[in-house]
Amino acid sequence: MANVDKEMLAQFLLRMGDNSLILGHRVSEWCGHAPVLEEDIALANTALDLIGQTQLWLGYAAEVIGDKTADDLAFLRDVWDFRNILLVELPNGDFGQTLMRQFLYDAYQSILLPRLAKSSDPRVAEIAEKASKEAAYHVERSADTVVGLGDGTEESHARMQTALNKLWPYVGEIFASDAVDAAMAASGIAPDPASLRAEYDALVGNVMAEATLTIPEGDFAHLGGRTGATHTEHLGHLLTQMQWLQRAYPGASW
Amino acid sequence: MPRPSTDTVWDWLHAVPDPEIPVISLTDLGIIRDVAYEGETLVVTVTPTYSGCPATSIINLDIETALRGHGVENLELRRQLSPAWTTDWMTQSGRDKLEAYGIAPPQPAGGPDKCPQCGSQHVEKMSQFGSTPCKAQWRCTACLEPFDYFKCI
Repeated sequence: MANVDKEMLAQFLLRMGDNSLILGHRVSEWCGHAPVLEEDIALANTALDLIGQTQLWLGYAAEVIGDKTADDLAFLRDVWDFRNILLVELPNGDFGQTLMRQFLYDAYQSILLPRLAKSSDPRVAEIAEKASKEAAYHVERSADTVVGLGDGTEESHARMQTALNKLWPYVGEIFASDAVDAAMAASGIAPDPASLRAEYDALVGNVMAEATLTIPEGDFAHLGGRTGATHTEHLGHLLTQMQWLQRAYPGASW
Repeated sequence: MPRPSTDTVWDWLHAVPDPEIPVISLTDLGIIRDVAYEGETLVVTVTPTYSGCPATSIINLDIETALRGHGVENLELRRQLSPAWTTDWMTQSGRDKLEAYGIAPPQPAGGPDKCPQCGSQHVEKMSQFGSTPCKAQWRCTACLEPFDYFKCI
Protein backbone atom coordinates (compact mmCIF):
# COMPACT_ATOMS: atom_id res chain seq x y z
CA MET A 1 0.00 0.00 0.00
CA ALA A 2 1.26 3.47 -0.87
CA ASN A 3 2.03 5.92 1.90
CA VAL A 4 -1.39 7.51 2.33
CA ASP A 5 -4.01 8.09 4.99
CA LYS A 6 -5.96 4.82 5.25
CA GLU A 7 -9.25 6.60 5.82
CA MET A 8 -8.79 8.56 2.58
CA LEU A 9 -7.81 5.44 0.64
CA ALA A 10 -10.86 3.60 1.99
CA GLN A 11 -13.12 6.44 0.84
CA PHE A 12 -11.60 6.33 -2.63
CA LEU A 13 -12.06 2.55 -2.86
CA LEU A 14 -15.66 2.79 -1.66
CA ARG A 15 -16.35 5.35 -4.38
CA MET A 16 -14.97 2.98 -7.03
CA GLY A 17 -16.74 -0.08 -5.66
CA ASP A 18 -20.06 1.60 -4.89
CA ASN A 19 -20.28 3.05 -8.41
CA SER A 20 -19.91 -0.36 -9.99
CA LEU A 21 -22.12 -2.08 -7.39
CA ILE A 22 -25.06 0.30 -7.67
CA LEU A 23 -24.88 0.58 -11.46
CA GLY A 24 -24.43 -3.19 -11.72
CA HIS A 25 -27.58 -3.67 -9.65
CA ARG A 26 -29.54 -1.12 -11.69
CA VAL A 27 -28.50 -2.71 -14.99
CA SER A 28 -29.37 -6.18 -13.68
CA GLU A 29 -32.96 -4.97 -13.19
CA TRP A 30 -33.29 -5.26 -16.99
CA CYS A 31 -32.63 -9.00 -16.92
CA GLY A 32 -35.58 -10.62 -18.70
CA HIS A 33 -37.13 -7.25 -19.67
CA ALA A 34 -34.98 -5.83 -22.48
CA PRO A 35 -36.61 -5.14 -25.88
CA VAL A 36 -34.76 -7.96 -27.69
CA LEU A 37 -32.83 -11.02 -26.59
CA GLU A 38 -29.42 -9.70 -27.69
CA GLU A 39 -29.88 -6.53 -25.65
CA ASP A 40 -31.06 -8.52 -22.66
CA ILE A 41 -27.92 -10.66 -22.78
CA ALA A 42 -25.73 -7.61 -23.32
CA LEU A 43 -27.18 -5.81 -20.30
CA ALA A 44 -26.88 -8.91 -18.11
CA ASN A 45 -23.24 -9.35 -19.15
CA THR A 46 -22.50 -5.68 -18.47
CA ALA A 47 -24.05 -6.01 -15.02
CA LEU A 48 -21.96 -9.13 -14.43
CA ASP A 49 -18.73 -7.33 -15.31
CA LEU A 50 -19.67 -4.48 -12.99
CA ILE A 51 -20.45 -6.81 -10.09
CA GLY A 52 -17.15 -8.62 -10.73
CA GLN A 53 -15.31 -5.30 -10.55
CA THR A 54 -17.23 -4.50 -7.37
CA GLN A 55 -15.90 -7.63 -5.69
CA LEU A 56 -12.35 -6.49 -6.44
CA TRP A 57 -12.80 -2.86 -5.34
CA LEU A 58 -14.88 -3.58 -2.24
CA GLY A 59 -12.66 -6.55 -1.42
CA TYR A 60 -9.69 -4.20 -1.23
CA ALA A 61 -11.74 -1.54 0.60
CA ALA A 62 -12.72 -4.14 3.20
CA GLU A 63 -9.05 -5.03 3.78
CA VAL A 64 -8.10 -1.39 4.21
CA ILE A 65 -11.00 -0.73 6.59
CA GLY A 66 -10.22 -3.99 8.38
CA ASP A 67 -12.40 -6.69 9.89
CA LYS A 68 -14.89 -6.53 6.99
CA THR A 69 -15.62 -8.38 3.77
CA ALA A 70 -16.83 -7.11 0.40
CA ASP A 71 -20.20 -8.69 1.19
CA ASP A 72 -20.43 -6.82 4.51
CA LEU A 73 -19.87 -3.57 2.68
CA ALA A 74 -22.40 -4.35 -0.06
CA PHE A 75 -25.17 -5.73 2.10
CA LEU A 76 -24.85 -4.24 5.55
CA ARG A 77 -24.31 -0.51 5.02
CA ASP A 78 -27.13 2.00 4.88
CA VAL A 79 -27.72 4.84 2.41
CA TRP A 80 -25.51 7.42 4.13
CA ASP A 81 -22.49 5.12 3.98
CA PHE A 82 -22.61 4.67 0.20
CA ARG A 83 -20.18 6.71 -1.90
CA ASN A 84 -21.48 6.22 -5.43
CA ILE A 85 -22.25 9.15 -7.71
CA LEU A 86 -25.94 10.05 -7.99
CA LEU A 87 -25.98 9.19 -11.72
CA VAL A 88 -25.77 5.45 -11.10
CA GLU A 89 -28.52 5.27 -8.48
CA LEU A 90 -31.18 6.96 -10.62
CA PRO A 91 -33.96 4.64 -11.77
CA ASN A 92 -33.41 3.09 -15.20
CA GLY A 93 -36.19 4.95 -17.03
CA ASP A 94 -36.72 3.58 -20.53
CA PHE A 95 -34.17 1.55 -22.49
CA GLY A 96 -32.76 4.68 -24.11
CA GLN A 97 -32.21 6.40 -20.77
CA THR A 98 -30.50 3.26 -19.43
CA LEU A 99 -28.10 3.18 -22.38
CA MET A 100 -27.50 6.94 -22.20
CA ARG A 101 -26.53 6.60 -18.53
CA GLN A 102 -24.37 3.60 -19.41
CA PHE A 103 -22.52 5.59 -22.04
CA LEU A 104 -22.00 8.60 -19.74
CA TYR A 105 -20.56 6.21 -17.13
CA ASP A 106 -18.57 4.01 -19.54
CA ALA A 107 -16.96 7.10 -21.08
CA TYR A 108 -15.79 8.15 -17.60
CA GLN A 109 -14.48 4.67 -16.76
CA SER A 110 -12.76 4.26 -20.12
CA ILE A 111 -10.74 7.41 -19.36
CA LEU A 112 -10.17 6.84 -15.64
CA LEU A 113 -9.25 3.14 -15.53
CA PRO A 114 -6.23 3.24 -17.89
CA ARG A 115 -4.85 6.02 -15.67
CA LEU A 116 -5.51 3.99 -12.52
CA ALA A 117 -3.67 1.08 -14.13
CA LYS A 118 -0.54 3.19 -13.57
CA SER A 119 -1.41 3.89 -9.92
CA SER A 120 1.34 4.00 -7.31
CA ASP A 121 -0.76 1.47 -5.35
CA PRO A 122 -0.16 -1.94 -7.00
CA ARG A 123 -3.53 -3.31 -5.85
CA VAL A 124 -5.38 -0.39 -7.43
CA ALA A 125 -3.27 -0.78 -10.57
CA GLU A 126 -4.00 -4.48 -11.05
CA ILE A 127 -7.76 -4.10 -10.48
CA ALA A 128 -7.86 -1.17 -12.91
CA GLU A 129 -5.83 -3.07 -15.52
CA LYS A 130 -8.41 -5.85 -15.44
CA ALA A 131 -11.44 -3.56 -15.36
CA SER A 132 -10.20 -1.26 -18.10
CA LYS A 133 -10.36 -4.08 -20.65
CA GLU A 134 -14.02 -4.55 -19.79
CA ALA A 135 -14.73 -0.79 -19.80
CA ALA A 136 -13.22 -0.59 -23.30
CA TYR A 137 -15.82 -2.87 -24.85
CA HIS A 138 -18.61 -1.49 -22.65
CA VAL A 139 -18.05 2.00 -24.03
CA GLU A 140 -17.81 0.71 -27.58
CA ARG A 141 -21.23 -0.85 -27.30
CA SER A 142 -22.97 1.91 -25.34
CA ALA A 143 -21.60 4.58 -27.71
CA ASP A 144 -22.82 2.58 -30.72
CA THR A 145 -26.26 2.25 -29.17
CA VAL A 146 -26.47 5.95 -28.29
CA VAL A 147 -25.59 6.80 -31.90
CA GLY A 148 -28.03 4.21 -33.28
CA LEU A 149 -30.93 5.47 -31.20
CA GLY A 150 -30.01 9.17 -31.28
CA ASP A 151 -29.60 9.19 -35.05
CA GLY A 152 -32.51 6.79 -35.44
CA THR A 153 -36.23 7.38 -35.76
CA GLU A 154 -38.03 10.53 -34.67
CA GLU A 155 -39.27 8.65 -31.60
CA SER A 156 -35.90 7.21 -30.57
CA HIS A 157 -34.16 10.54 -31.19
CA ALA A 158 -36.65 12.38 -28.98
CA ARG A 159 -36.27 9.84 -26.20
CA MET A 160 -32.47 9.99 -26.30
CA GLN A 161 -32.51 13.80 -26.19
CA THR A 162 -34.89 13.67 -23.22
CA ALA A 163 -32.57 11.17 -21.50
CA LEU A 164 -29.51 13.36 -22.11
CA ASN A 165 -31.33 16.45 -20.81
CA LYS A 166 -32.32 14.56 -17.67
CA LEU A 167 -28.94 12.92 -16.99
CA TRP A 168 -26.51 15.67 -17.95
CA PRO A 169 -26.86 17.58 -14.65
CA TYR A 170 -25.62 14.42 -12.92
CA VAL A 171 -22.37 14.29 -14.93
CA GLY A 172 -20.68 17.18 -13.14
CA GLU A 173 -20.42 15.21 -9.89
CA ILE A 174 -17.91 12.84 -11.51
CA PHE A 175 -15.41 15.70 -11.68
CA ALA A 176 -16.21 17.46 -8.39
CA SER A 177 -12.84 16.99 -6.68
CA ASP A 178 -12.52 17.14 -2.90
CA ALA A 179 -10.02 16.34 -0.13
CA VAL A 180 -10.12 12.60 -0.83
CA ASP A 181 -9.21 13.21 -4.46
CA ALA A 182 -6.46 15.62 -3.46
CA ALA A 183 -4.96 12.98 -1.16
CA MET A 184 -5.14 10.34 -3.91
CA ALA A 185 -3.55 12.67 -6.46
CA ALA A 186 -0.80 13.73 -4.05
CA SER A 187 0.20 10.11 -3.39
CA GLY A 188 -0.05 9.10 -7.05
CA ILE A 189 -2.85 6.63 -6.40
CA ALA A 190 -5.43 8.26 -8.66
CA PRO A 191 -5.64 11.31 -10.92
CA ASP A 192 -7.59 14.37 -9.81
CA PRO A 193 -11.03 13.79 -11.41
CA ALA A 194 -11.16 17.43 -12.53
CA SER A 195 -8.12 16.74 -14.72
CA LEU A 196 -10.14 14.20 -16.75
CA ARG A 197 -12.91 16.61 -17.73
CA ALA A 198 -11.47 17.89 -21.01
CA GLU A 199 -10.88 14.39 -22.35
CA TYR A 200 -14.35 13.32 -21.21
CA ASP A 201 -16.04 16.31 -22.85
CA ALA A 202 -14.21 15.58 -26.09
CA LEU A 203 -15.26 11.92 -26.14
CA VAL A 204 -18.87 12.60 -25.16
CA GLY A 205 -19.04 15.58 -27.53
CA ASN A 206 -17.97 13.46 -30.50
CA VAL A 207 -20.47 10.71 -29.77
CA MET A 208 -23.35 13.12 -29.19
CA ALA A 209 -22.55 14.94 -32.42
CA GLU A 210 -22.66 11.65 -34.31
CA ALA A 211 -25.88 10.79 -32.51
CA THR A 212 -27.35 14.19 -33.58
CA LEU A 213 -28.02 14.99 -29.92
CA THR A 214 -27.45 18.33 -28.21
CA ILE A 215 -25.65 18.54 -24.88
CA PRO A 216 -27.62 20.93 -22.62
CA GLU A 217 -26.06 24.26 -21.76
CA GLY A 218 -25.16 25.21 -18.22
CA ASP A 219 -22.86 23.67 -15.68
CA PHE A 220 -25.28 22.98 -12.83
CA ALA A 221 -24.45 19.67 -11.15
CA HIS A 222 -26.37 17.65 -8.59
CA LEU A 223 -23.86 16.73 -5.88
CA GLY A 224 -23.87 14.63 -2.73
CA GLY A 225 -23.45 11.00 -3.82
CA ARG A 226 -19.69 10.52 -3.75
CA THR A 227 -19.49 12.33 -0.40
CA GLY A 228 -22.53 10.47 0.92
CA ALA A 229 -24.02 13.78 2.11
CA THR A 230 -27.17 13.83 -0.03
CA HIS A 231 -28.17 10.72 -1.90
CA THR A 232 -31.41 10.75 -3.87
CA GLU A 233 -34.48 9.04 -2.41
CA HIS A 234 -33.96 6.27 -4.99
CA LEU A 235 -30.92 4.68 -3.34
CA GLY A 236 -32.84 3.61 -0.23
CA HIS A 237 -35.45 1.88 -2.35
CA LEU A 238 -32.72 0.10 -4.30
CA LEU A 239 -31.09 -1.11 -1.07
CA THR A 240 -34.36 -2.52 0.25
CA GLN A 241 -34.28 -4.94 -2.68
CA MET A 242 -30.54 -5.55 -2.95
CA GLN A 243 -29.99 -6.07 0.77
CA TRP A 244 -33.27 -7.70 1.71
CA LEU A 245 -32.00 -11.27 1.99
CA GLN A 246 -29.02 -10.48 4.23
CA ARG A 247 -31.13 -8.14 6.37
CA ALA A 248 -33.94 -10.68 6.82
CA TYR A 249 -31.67 -13.72 7.17
CA PRO A 250 -28.29 -12.51 8.47
CA GLY A 251 -25.40 -14.65 7.25
CA ALA A 252 -27.54 -16.66 4.83
CA SER A 253 -25.50 -18.36 2.11
CA TRP A 254 -25.76 -21.08 -0.54
CA MET B 1 3.73 -41.15 -2.41
CA PRO B 2 6.51 -38.90 -3.79
CA ARG B 3 5.32 -35.48 -4.69
CA PRO B 4 4.46 -35.14 -8.40
CA SER B 5 6.71 -32.99 -10.57
CA THR B 6 5.31 -29.71 -11.84
CA ASP B 7 5.36 -31.16 -15.37
CA THR B 8 3.09 -33.97 -14.16
CA VAL B 9 0.77 -31.42 -12.56
CA TRP B 10 0.64 -29.47 -15.85
CA ASP B 11 -0.30 -32.72 -17.60
CA TRP B 12 -3.13 -33.25 -15.15
CA LEU B 13 -4.32 -29.68 -15.67
CA HIS B 14 -4.28 -30.18 -19.47
CA ALA B 15 -7.09 -32.67 -18.87
CA VAL B 16 -9.35 -30.32 -16.87
CA PRO B 17 -12.02 -28.92 -19.21
CA ASP B 18 -13.33 -25.37 -19.13
CA PRO B 19 -16.74 -25.65 -17.42
CA GLU B 20 -18.52 -23.40 -19.94
CA ILE B 21 -16.74 -24.57 -23.12
CA PRO B 22 -15.72 -28.15 -22.26
CA VAL B 23 -14.12 -28.73 -25.65
CA ILE B 24 -11.05 -26.77 -24.49
CA SER B 25 -9.01 -27.28 -21.34
CA LEU B 26 -8.04 -24.73 -18.72
CA THR B 27 -4.49 -24.76 -20.06
CA ASP B 28 -5.76 -24.18 -23.62
CA LEU B 29 -7.53 -21.12 -22.27
CA GLY B 30 -4.26 -19.81 -20.85
CA ILE B 31 -5.59 -19.02 -17.38
CA ILE B 32 -3.18 -21.26 -15.45
CA ARG B 33 -0.24 -18.89 -15.01
CA ASP B 34 2.08 -20.93 -12.82
CA VAL B 35 2.54 -24.24 -11.08
CA ALA B 36 5.21 -24.31 -8.39
CA TYR B 37 6.08 -25.71 -4.99
CA GLU B 38 6.48 -23.43 -1.99
CA GLY B 39 7.91 -25.79 0.58
CA GLU B 40 5.62 -28.79 0.50
CA THR B 41 2.64 -26.82 -0.78
CA LEU B 42 1.70 -26.97 -4.45
CA VAL B 43 0.71 -23.47 -5.54
CA VAL B 44 -1.37 -23.14 -8.70
CA THR B 45 -1.74 -19.55 -9.90
CA VAL B 46 -4.92 -18.80 -11.83
CA THR B 47 -6.02 -15.58 -13.51
CA PRO B 48 -9.71 -14.83 -14.13
CA THR B 49 -10.93 -14.37 -17.71
CA TYR B 50 -13.50 -11.67 -16.92
CA SER B 51 -13.78 -10.17 -13.45
CA GLY B 52 -17.45 -11.15 -13.16
CA CYS B 53 -17.29 -14.53 -14.89
CA PRO B 54 -19.41 -16.94 -12.81
CA ALA B 55 -17.27 -19.85 -14.08
CA THR B 56 -14.29 -18.62 -12.03
CA SER B 57 -15.35 -20.30 -8.81
CA ILE B 58 -16.27 -23.51 -10.67
CA ILE B 59 -12.85 -23.48 -12.35
CA ASN B 60 -11.13 -23.28 -8.97
CA LEU B 61 -13.31 -26.11 -7.69
CA ASP B 62 -12.51 -28.24 -10.77
CA ILE B 63 -8.76 -27.65 -10.37
CA GLU B 64 -8.91 -28.59 -6.72
CA THR B 65 -11.05 -31.67 -7.38
CA ALA B 66 -8.72 -32.88 -10.16
CA LEU B 67 -5.51 -32.41 -8.19
CA ARG B 68 -6.92 -33.88 -5.00
CA GLY B 69 -8.09 -36.82 -7.10
CA HIS B 70 -4.46 -37.35 -8.08
CA GLY B 71 -3.48 -37.39 -4.43
CA VAL B 72 -2.28 -33.81 -3.95
CA GLU B 73 -2.86 -32.86 -0.32
CA ASN B 74 -1.08 -29.57 0.26
CA LEU B 75 -2.63 -27.31 -2.34
CA GLU B 76 -3.13 -23.59 -2.62
CA LEU B 77 -4.94 -21.80 -5.45
CA ARG B 78 -3.74 -18.25 -5.89
CA ARG B 79 -5.56 -15.54 -7.84
CA GLN B 80 -3.42 -13.27 -9.99
CA LEU B 81 -4.99 -10.20 -11.61
CA SER B 82 -1.93 -8.71 -13.26
CA PRO B 83 -0.93 -9.07 -16.02
CA ALA B 84 -4.60 -9.24 -16.98
CA TRP B 85 -5.69 -12.28 -18.97
CA THR B 86 -5.56 -11.89 -22.73
CA THR B 87 -6.79 -14.20 -25.46
CA ASP B 88 -3.20 -14.08 -26.80
CA TRP B 89 -2.50 -16.71 -24.14
CA MET B 90 -4.88 -19.19 -25.71
CA THR B 91 -2.97 -22.10 -27.27
CA GLN B 92 -3.10 -22.93 -30.97
CA SER B 93 -4.64 -26.30 -30.19
CA GLY B 94 -7.27 -24.47 -28.10
CA ARG B 95 -8.06 -22.22 -31.08
CA ASP B 96 -8.34 -25.22 -33.41
CA LYS B 97 -10.61 -27.05 -30.98
CA LEU B 98 -12.86 -23.99 -30.61
CA GLU B 99 -13.25 -23.66 -34.37
CA ALA B 100 -13.99 -27.36 -34.84
CA TYR B 101 -16.64 -26.98 -32.11
CA GLY B 102 -18.31 -24.10 -34.00
CA ILE B 103 -16.94 -21.15 -32.01
CA ALA B 104 -14.82 -18.74 -34.07
CA PRO B 105 -11.49 -18.24 -32.28
CA PRO B 106 -10.29 -14.75 -31.23
CA GLN B 107 -8.54 -12.65 -33.88
CA PRO B 108 -6.40 -9.54 -33.38
CA ALA B 109 -8.55 -7.76 -35.98
CA GLY B 110 -11.40 -7.80 -33.45
CA GLY B 111 -13.77 -10.05 -35.36
CA PRO B 112 -13.86 -13.61 -36.71
CA ASP B 113 -11.95 -14.17 -39.96
CA LYS B 114 -14.52 -16.66 -41.24
CA CYS B 115 -17.71 -18.52 -40.42
CA PRO B 116 -16.79 -21.63 -38.39
CA GLN B 117 -19.67 -23.47 -40.12
CA CYS B 118 -19.16 -22.87 -43.86
CA GLY B 119 -15.86 -20.98 -43.97
CA SER B 120 -17.30 -17.88 -45.69
CA GLN B 121 -15.64 -14.57 -44.95
CA HIS B 122 -18.98 -12.74 -45.20
CA VAL B 123 -19.84 -12.34 -41.54
CA GLU B 124 -21.46 -9.58 -39.46
CA LYS B 125 -21.71 -8.76 -35.76
CA MET B 126 -25.09 -9.18 -34.08
CA SER B 127 -24.08 -8.30 -30.53
CA GLN B 128 -20.88 -7.74 -28.63
CA PHE B 129 -22.20 -10.02 -25.90
CA GLY B 130 -23.08 -13.68 -26.06
CA SER B 131 -24.02 -16.65 -23.93
CA THR B 132 -20.91 -16.23 -21.74
CA PRO B 133 -18.86 -13.10 -20.92
CA CYS B 134 -16.07 -14.25 -23.25
CA LYS B 135 -18.19 -14.55 -26.39
CA ALA B 136 -19.95 -12.29 -28.88
CA GLN B 137 -22.74 -13.18 -31.31
CA TRP B 138 -22.01 -13.07 -35.03
CA ARG B 139 -23.86 -14.22 -38.11
CA CYS B 140 -22.73 -15.59 -41.44
CA THR B 141 -24.38 -13.79 -44.37
CA ALA B 142 -23.55 -16.69 -46.74
CA CYS B 143 -24.96 -19.72 -44.88
CA LEU B 144 -27.13 -17.47 -42.64
CA GLU B 145 -26.16 -19.39 -39.51
CA PRO B 146 -25.52 -17.47 -36.30
CA PHE B 147 -22.37 -18.41 -34.40
CA ASP B 148 -20.38 -17.56 -31.31
CA TYR B 149 -17.14 -15.62 -31.60
CA PHE B 150 -14.60 -15.80 -28.78
CA LYS B 151 -13.86 -12.13 -28.09
CA CYS B 152 -10.29 -10.92 -28.41
CA ILE B 153 -9.23 -9.05 -25.29
